[in-house]
Amino acid sequence: MDFLRPATWAEALALKAERPEATPIQGGTDVMVEINLDKGRPAALLDLNPVAELRDWSVGDDGRLRVGAGVSYTRLIEELGDRLPGLAQASRTVGSPQIRNRGTVAGNLGAASPAGDSHPPLLATGAVVEAASVRGVRMIPIGEFYTGVKRNALEPDELIRAVRVPPADGPQYFSKIGTRNAMVIAVCSFSLALHPSRRAVGTGIGSAAPTPRRAPEAEEFLAGELDWDGRAPVSEDTARRFGELVARAAAPIDDVRGTRDYRVHALAVMARRTLGWAWRDYGRAI
Amino acid sequence: MRVNLTVNGEKMSADDVWEGESLLYALRERLGLPGAKNACEQGECGSCTVYLDDVPVCACLVAVGQAEGRSVVTVEGLAEGETLDEVQQAFVECGAVQCGFCTPGLIVQAHSLIASSPGIPEDAEIREALAGNLCRCTGYEKILDAVRLAAARKAAS
Ligand SMILES: Cc1cc2nc3c(=O)[nH]c(=O)nc-3n(C[C@H](O)[C@H](O)[C@H](O)COP(=O)(O)OP(=O)(O)OC[C@H]3O[C@@H](n4cnc5c(N)ncnc54)[C@H](O)[C@@H]3O)c2cc1C
Ligand code: FES
Ligand code: FES
Repeated sequence: MDFLRPATWAEALALKAERPEATPIQGGTDVMVEINLDKGRPAALLDLNPVAELRDWSVGDDGRLRVGAGVSYTRLIEELGDRLPGLAQASRTVGSPQIRNRGTVAGNLGAASPAGDSHPPLLATGAVVEAASVRGVRMIPIGEFYTGVKRNALEPDELIRAVRVPPADGPQYFSKIGTRNAMVIAVCSFSLALHPSRRAVGTGIGSAAPTPRRAPEAEEFLAGELDWDGRAPVSEDTARRFGELVARAAAPIDDVRGTRDYRVHALAVMARRTLGWAWRDYGRAI
Repeated sequence: MRVNLTVNGEKMSADDVWEGESLLYALRERLGLPGAKNACEQGECGSCTVYLDDVPVCACLVAVGQAEGRSVVTVEGLAEGETLDEVQQAFVECGAVQCGFCTPGLIVQAHSLIASSPGIPEDAEIREALAGNLCRCTGYEKILDAVRLAAARKAAS
C-alpha cells in the first residue's frame, strides 16, 4: 500500500489523476474502520489532512457557504451552526465528540451511505457539491450526487473540494430515529427546510431508500398549503397529509436496524414533528 | 514507511510502518506507549482516545501517516512526574476505576472537557462529552463524580 501526502490542493489533484485507484482519507472515520476490520485494502491512501486549503470555510461567490472538505463536524457546529442550522443539527447527532472532531461532511459524501446524517439537510437546503480534478471544477447539484447504495457521482480522478450550502432563509430541522442519543446509525431520518422568501419547502429523507432522497410531492403540497403571510397554524389535515406524502416518497427495506413498516411510520411522524417545530419558529419570527 | 511525530512533548519516529496502520497500533506496538487501549478498532468505545494537535480523537481511526509532523498527547503525558493530573487524581479518589480498560480514554476525554469548560459543566454536558467512551464495569456514576470533582477543583484553583 502507498501512503500519498500531497502538501497542496494542486498536488492532491495531480496525485488523484495519476493514481485514480487511491482512496482519499480525511477524518478516516469510515476509511480506517474498513482497514482495521480488514474489509478491504486500498491500493493507496491519499491523505488530505496536510492540504491547508481544505480546512477553511468562506462565503462563496454564489452567496452559498463554501465548507471546505477538511472542516470537521465539530467546527461546522461551532462556527456555522447559526447559518446552517439543519446541517448543524444533523452533525450534532454524528457518532461521538471524538468522531465529530475528525469526521467531515465531505467524507460523509464520499462514503454516500444512505444512512449518512448530512445528506437529508443537504437535500432539504439544495446544496451543491464542488468537485474538482486536473480537468477543472464541476458543481454537482446534491440531487444528482447520490447514484446508488454507497455510490456517488464523482469521477475516478475527482475529489470533493467543498460543499456549498445556502445560508438558512427560514427554520430548518433534522430528526433521526435510533436506539440512543449518541453513536447511532439512523434507523431513518428526515430534514425539513422552509424557504419563506421563495415560499418553498425543502425535504430530505435518510436511511429509507437506496440513496438519500427528497420528497418532491410533499414539498409542493406543503408549499401550497402554508399560510406564508398570515402565519396561521397548520391544520392537522395538512400535517397528516404532508407526513403521508413524505412516507410515500421513501422506499425502505427490512434490515437489522428496523423494518420497512416501522420506517414508513416513523418518517410520517418525523415529517409532522419537524413541520410543527419549524412552523412554530416561523410564527414567532414576526 | 517512516513516520515522525511528537508524542507527549518528545520527538519520536517509527520505521517500517505499514501504510494502513493506525496511530493506536503505532503508539502501543512501536513507541512503547500502551496507555491508550485497543478494544474495538472501530471508533465505538473511546478507550483509545488521545489528543492529536490538542483535539481528542480515536487513535484507532487515525492512519499513523496522518500524524506525520503532528503532536500527540496520550494518557501517559498528563501526569507531571509522580504527580497525577487532577482528572487522574479525581478518578482514583472517586473509585471511578474498576478493571481500568476504559480509563485512559475517559481520562483524556474528560481532561479535554474540563480544559474547555469555564466552570463546572452540567451533568448533561458531561454525559454528552463522554458519550463515545464505553465502560462495562462502573455504571458511570463514579465516573461522573470524578469529572465533577476534577472540574470543581479546577474552578476553585
Ligand atoms: C463510531 C462511529 C460512529 C459514526 N456515526 C455516524 C453517524 O452517527 N452518522 C453518520 O452519518 N456517520 C457516522 N459515522 C461514519 C463517519 O463518521 C461519517 O461518514 C463521516 O462523515 C466520514 O467523514 P471522514 O472525514 O472521517 O471520512 P473518511 O473516512 O476520511 O472518508 C470517507 C469516504 O469519503 C472519501 N473521501 C473523503 N474525503 C474526500 C474528498 N475530499 N473527496 C472525495 N472523497 C473523499 C473517502 O475516500 C472514503 O470513501 C460513524 C463512524 C464511526 C466510526
Ligand atoms: S479502540 Fe478506538 S474507539 Fe474503540
Ligand atoms: S472500569 Fe472496566 S471498562 Fe470501565
